[in-house]
Parts: sequence; C-alpha cells; structure tokens
Amino acid sequence: MRVLKTGARILLATLQEIFDEASYRRFLERTGLPSSPEAYENFWREREDAQARRARCC
Amino acid sequence: MNKNLRVVVWGSVALLGAAALGMVALHRGEPINALWLVAAATCCYALGYRFYSAFIAAKILAVDPLRATPAERLENGRDFLVTNKWVVFGHHFAAIAGPGPLVGPVLAAQFGYLPGTLWVIAGAVFAGCVQDFVILLFSVRRDGKSLTEMAKEETGPLGGLVAYVAVIAILIILLAVIALVVVNALKDSPWGTFTIAMTIPIALLMGIYLRRIRPGKVLEVSVLGFILVLLAIWGGQWVAHNAELAPVFTFRGQTLALLILIYAFAASALPVWLLLAPRDYLSTFVKLGTIGLLGIGIVVLHPTLHMPAFTRFIDGTGPVFAGKIFPFAFITIACGAISGFHSLISSGTTPKLIARETQTAMVGYGAMMAESAVAVMAIIAACVLQPGVYFAINSPSGIVGQTAAAATTTISNWGFPVTVQDMQSLASAVGEHTLFNRTGGAPAFAVGMAHIFSQSLGGGSVMALWYHFAVMFEALFILTILDAGTRVARFMIQDALGHVYKPLGRTSWYPSILGTSAVIVAAWGFFLWQGVKDPLGGINSLWPLFGIANQLLATVALCVATTIIIKMHRAKYAGVTLIPLAWLVAVTFTASWHKIFDASPRIGFLAQARALASAPGTAANSRLILNNQLDAAVTAGLVVMVALVLIESIRQWLGVLRGQREIVMRETPFVRTRLAEDRI
Repeated sequence: MRVLKTGARILLATLQEIFDEASYRRFLERTGLPSSPEAYENFWREREDAQARRARCC
Repeated sequence: MNKNLRVVVWGSVALLGAAALGMVALHRGEPINALWLVAAATCCYALGYRFYSAFIAAKILAVDPLRATPAERLENGRDFLVTNKWVVFGHHFAAIAGPGPLVGPVLAAQFGYLPGTLWVIAGAVFAGCVQDFVILLFSVRRDGKSLTEMAKEETGPLGGLVAYVAVIAILIILLAVIALVVVNALKDSPWGTFTIAMTIPIALLMGIYLRRIRPGKVLEVSVLGFILVLLAIWGGQWVAHNAELAPVFTFRGQTLALLILIYAFAASALPVWLLLAPRDYLSTFVKLGTIGLLGIGIVVLHPTLHMPAFTRFIDGTGPVFAGKIFPFAFITIACGAISGFHSLISSGTTPKLIARETQTAMVGYGAMMAESAVAVMAIIAACVLQPGVYFAINSPSGIVGQTAAAATTTISNWGFPVTVQDMQSLASAVGEHTLFNRTGGAPAFAVGMAHIFSQSLGGGSVMALWYHFAVMFEALFILTILDAGTRVARFMIQDALGHVYKPLGRTSWYPSILGTSAVIVAAWGFFLWQGVKDPLGGINSLWPLFGIANQLLATVALCVATTIIIKMHRAKYAGVTLIPLAWLVAVTFTASWHKIFDASPRIGFLAQARALASAPGTAANSRLILNNQLDAAVTAGLVVMVALVLIESIRQWLGVLRGQREIVMRETPFVRTRLAEDRI
C-alpha cells in the first residue's frame, strides 16, 4: 500500500512538473502572490521566452 | 539481493533475451507473435541498463555522487531546480518522444520486421542511449551548457558553428517532413481534417480557461481538452457522412499544405500561452496516455505479425522508399535507435534539473530506452497488417499505378496478395473513402493501432474511431512541433541577426518576429511543397534527407563526447562513443553519397534531375529538376560541414594522445553536494 501511495505521489509530481503546475506554484511562492489571472499572466510573461525556446524532439 | 541470486536473475534475463532474439532472428515461414519482439527488447534494455550504462558510468565518466550539480549550485526556482529523478525522467521522456520513432520504423518495415527490430534494439543500447547519457552528464558538468556551446569549447569554433547551422538545417527539414506526414494522413479525409481542425479552437479555449478562469490548473484543463478532442473524433464521423459538411473538410494535398503553412506562420507569432502551451499540454497528455495504452494493448493482446522477417525489397527496390538495407534502413529509422536531436534536449532543460550525477544514467540512458520501446511498438503496429495491405497504404501511385486495380495487381505480383475488395472493406471499416497511396507512415501506423485495439476494445465496430484517434494523436503533436520548431529556429536566427542589427534580436519586436517567422516557414514550406508535388509521394526523398540530417547531428554530438572522453584520459574506453560514431559516419556518408550520386533516379537526386531533364520539358519538370538539384546541394552541404567537425575533432584527439596539445577541460570545478538524501 505504501509503495502504491509513493508511486501515485511521484506520478502526480511528474505530471505537475511536465504540465508546469509545479513551476507556477514555485512562482507564487517566490513572488508571494496569490493565484489569480494577473499572477498567471506575470508567470507567463517571465517564462514566455524560455518556453518558446524549448525544443521538442522529433 | 545476495550475489548468487543476482547471478541467477540476470543469467535468466540473458537466457530469455537470447532465446527471444534467436526466435525473432531465425524464425521463418510462419507468422511470429509480437511478444517475442517485446521479450527480446525488454531483456536487452534491462541488460544494457544494468551492465553497459553502469560500466560507462563507473569506468569512463567516473560519475560522482558527491559532486554538486548545477541544479543545486545555481538553484533559482526557475531554470535550475533540484528535482526528483522520476520527475526529471518523465519530463525528459516527454521532450524526446515525438512522431519520429513512430513513423521511421513503420516506413522501414518494408524490409520486413527483422532489420528494423534489430537496429532499434542494438542501436538504442549501444548508440542512442549512450549518446543521450554522456551528453547529459557532460552538460551537467558544464553548468547545463548546450551542445553548440560544448562543441565550440571542446572541438573549436568550427564545431560550434557547424552545430548551430546543422540544428537550423535539421529543424527546417524536420518540419517539412512531419508536415508532409500530416498532409498525407489528412488528404481527402473529412473526418481526420475536421478532428484536427477542432484541436485548434480546443487549444485556444484551454489557453483562455487557464489564463482567465482557473489559472495554473493545467492537468484539469488537459482532461477537459482531452474530452473535447474525443468528442471531435466522434463528431468527425458525423461530418464525414454529412453531404453538405463533408466537402467543406475534404482537401487535396496542395490545399492542406497551404493551410498548414498559414497556420504555422500564425501560430508561431501568437503568444505562447494562447496556443502553443495549451496544445503542448494536450498533446503531451494524449501522447503519454496513448503510448502507455499501446504498450499495454500489445502485451495483453499479443498480436501476430504477418510481415515476413525479410521482404524482397532488401535489394533496394522498395516502393515505400528506394535504397538497400545498408544504409537506408538505419537512416529511415532515425529517432527510434539514435537521434541527434536528443542531444539538444540532453543539453537543454534536463541537465538543469538533475539532483545527482548518478541519476544521469537513469534519465539519459533510461529515457532513450523508453523511446526505443515506442519504436518497437511502431514496428509491431505496422507488421500486424497483412503485407499487401501495408504496401497498398504506403506505396505512392507513381510506383504502383494510378488506379486501385493497378495497385493491387502490382502489389500482388510482388508476392503480397491484396485485392481491391480487401482495401475497400478496410477503408470502410476505418471510415475513409480510400487507403491507397497514404504514404508517410502515419496512416499505416493508425490502421495497425486500430487493428490491435479493435481486437478487444469495442471490436470491429469502433475501428474507425480508433483509426481517427491514432491519426489525431500523431497530427496533434506534429502540429505542436511545427509551432515549437518554427519558434526555436526563429529565436536562433534572431539571436544571430541581433549581432548584425540589435532590434532584429529583440524577441518582442513584431517586425522581427514576423520577418524571421516568414523566413523559417518559407524555408520548410519550400520542402513541404516539393514533397506534395513529388509524383513519388515526397516521403521517398524527404524522409531520407531528414534521417541523414538527424544522424549527422548525432555525429557532431558523438564527436564532442569522444573529444571530452579523450581529454579525460579515458582514451582506452573511447570506443564506447567512437564505435557508434564510426558507424554513423559510415551510414550517413554512404547514404549521402547514394542520395546525391546514385545512378538510379529513384535514389539519386542528380540522376532524378537528369531523368526529368531528358523527358519532355514542362514548367513542372523544370521545378522538379531544380528541387532535386537543391536536395543534392543541401545533402552535400550537411556532409561537408560534419566532415569538417570530424576532421577538427580527429586533430584534437591526435594532438592530445601524442601529447602535442594542451588539454583544456571546461568542466566546472568540483563542489561537494550539500543535499540531504531526502531532497533527492
């Protein structure tokens, strides 16, 4: 049961990292902002360049 | 586990792997079960990871668990971040897995199931995984530097320049080829076109939902988007049968190519959050789910392969693409065994997330093994089809004939029986008017996948839904790559132009954005248009060009890796990268020679140009002649550039080995890790 729980936790963490939920959470922690459309806009303004430069493979 | 038990376990894995490989390689005459391929691949991956990657980590790279990584030393909560190894693995795999390992092996199945399977397994274990692993570790030791930066520092300025040009060239060719795959999958298919068209408003809706309604809830909106995509697939069936709507979504190849070009230009200029990011989330969601589902489906349903181990086309006369097994099987499979493009990811985001050097094997070597497993699944999906059906789908009309009757007669005469009725029934079952001449690999993969799934999940009655789900799955992440690839190339050009005139380098200055986007889209659009107009289906000339470009980038990556290994005084183990490098040089240079100079017009670009020149002159002919001459020039240019890097690298190696050259290592100095075990 414990192994399953750990597996599920890691899977969720992986999905949150892949889907940028974790980086948004870190952005909120770093800036001290509550989640809002404005905060999300700021988050994207900060990472737009980096995201657009990220290559995806063939 | 005690030593004796370990010996028994790994001995059993080795024996099972040997038996499965033997079965795969030596079985003749009757169909073989797909589980043998799965068993052979799984055992080889397990052995490769347990022993070969451990050998490389210990003897060559001297991976150090106490050395702090850039994620720890430079942690800033954004680019550099200590991350759980499984999370990094998932992130890395999601970045490297694209349509390449699905399309390449499907095309290479024209030689039979065996050549592709052997190369996908051996190529990954001894070349692809090794490249991804060593480049990842070397980048980790250099503060996450990119391949182009490492090439410049370790092999000289020429290496950096060539890597830079090669990346742009590969991007352009790659984008053209995958766009052609989508065109071939969607032409005359109102169902498929409607489904893919609907993914654009769905992605826009997701972007607005994320921005305005539920900020940051990406998983939630991806599930919502996925449900909407499923509804679009279901709705496509209705559109295809509606007399008024079906013609609206029925396009010829040329019209689709134009629409894709317009779309890519617009998409690459839109803000990332509005279209690229939500579609990227959606395609990643679908990609991971589908790959997992396909893996489970193959193991549970263990279908039978109908394709023989070898076909008569090993002699180079194949209809899918021309050329003999060596070197063309290796060029065609590309990403499923080794991909130069992976070295960009291994020296991009991933090295900035790794918590410990010891995790580089799992992430670099392990993720490539997973990609190779996807390629094995693609081989299985292609080979479960009756060979006659496979060739009817994948052969261009220029080879098998313009009519259904001519095509089936030609293919049956090759020894792969197929009838017009067979193809009509199959087309009806998947909801298409026809499946003839659907070149590009994606439709054949989709039919194979639908065939596997429909055996249990829903039966034949839902085969059409599975087929269009598979087409949507491939087209969705190809569209993401078109957008993302155009942007990456645009940024690279803007960075370079910024040195000439500063405003051109500003990524927020619209004249520069529009101008550079237009240049990139025009460049790959040229090759796409050429492929669409090609009477041989385009894939015949463009996919090998992509394969050559991709493998040449791997050659540059392995040159950099070998140079660093020799500088690390590990020359006696340099074979680990040197042998794959020598193999790639042999494959890519031979393939390039054939593509430029081969006397057969189906293989050599110049021979094709000469053949066209001797035919009655038309405007279309003049354009085709020019296209072929240009393809020859592009291939020659890539080879010359990589040859220069190779020569420069060899000079470095000899200088170091003879003690004539001072060894300059660019590694960051050792800093002891302060991470507690529970953080990693």
